[in-house]
Amino acid sequence: MALNLPLPGLSDEPYMLTTVEKFTRWAQEHSMWPLTFGLACCAIEMMALVTPRYDAARFGSEAFRASPRQADLMIVSGRLSNKMVPVIRQIYEQMAEPKWVMAMGACASSGGIFDNYAIVQGVDQVIPVDIYVPGCPPTPDAVLDALLKLKEAVGKGYRKGGVRA
Amino acid sequence: MSKGPGWAALEELRREVIPEILKAFPEGVRELPTPFEIPQLQAEPGQIRPLAQWLKARGFNMLLDLSAVDYYPHRQGSDRFEVVYHFFAWPQLWKLRVRVPVGGERPEVDSLSDLWPNANPAEREVWDQFGIRFRGHPNLTRILNPDDFEGHPLRKDFPLRGHRDLITDIPLAERNPYQPIKE
Repeated sequence: MALNLPLPGLSDEPYMLTTVEKFTRWAQEHSMWPLTFGLACCAIEMMALVTPRYDAARFGSEAFRASPRQADLMIVSGRLSNKMVPVIRQIYEQMAEPKWVMAMGACASSGGIFDNYAIVQGVDQVIPVDIYVPGCPPTPDAVLDALLKLKEAVGKGYRKGGVRA
Repeated sequence: MSKGPGWAALEELRREVIPEILKAFPEGVRELPTPFEIPQLQAEPGQIRPLAQWLKARGFNMLLDLSAVDYYPHRQGSDRFEVVYHFFAWPQLWKLRVRVPVGGERPEVDSLSDLWPNANPAEREVWDQFGIRFRGHPNLTRILNPDDFEGHPLRKDFPLRGHRDLITDIPLAERNPYQPIKE
């Protein structure tokens, strides 16, 4: 909230009162950078997120970072094979906290049609997932909707992104 | 519709080279009837390496494909699997398919990876997925599945869901039941 009451020791400029935690969540919410990480066909739809038609840049997710050190959001886009599990675990652990995970599509959420020996039946068996997007593949609108819902949850403090609060 | 140069080349192969092969390998190599245009031969497991060397010297300078088929449960004995080779000759445009039946407890054929280097990963894949060994292969390890994987998933008796199937309450006989096609 903006106040114009002069406080002793502060200048006459308008100022806002908040808490450090709220301010941090505000910053986290409004610059959530996804990781450049595609597993399968859903990655094609994920790429459309940054095209002018969908333009995730409007919501602060314009930069897909190629390094997990600089990324906040891992969009698991596609089926995860058993052989890929150590890789995705390592990438998830390399991401700096706070970090969020979106399971994009039926395969990442539950294994999808691949109920067989090679595919993990949902990435939540391997890494913690914050939000699931249904669809095969989900439209970029659906991913954008999930992104907005996740950002809302982050702003309200429901999803702390791997930080043990 | 023109049949094209490939068709003429296969006719030439049928007319000239196949009789030469059958003459050079009177035992263990025979021609199989096929509805498709590429001629195919069946070779005994012991004959594939001399046959491949002969073919390479005759002009087949390319190994197009090397794969395998599991005929379980129709064939469960020493001919359960077939290793299938596709050879190609450039510039003659000859194509030839060779099928080698193998089976038993420990199916094994000779490796061709020293004749055609691309046989190396293809044979590793066949070993990984079907459990067919290749005698003389320099590095016969898994290539698609993880190194600690158990079993060979493209075998017809492999449980489709892998190890998850092994920890269920469903009895073994009822998992992935084989459903014969009823006319």
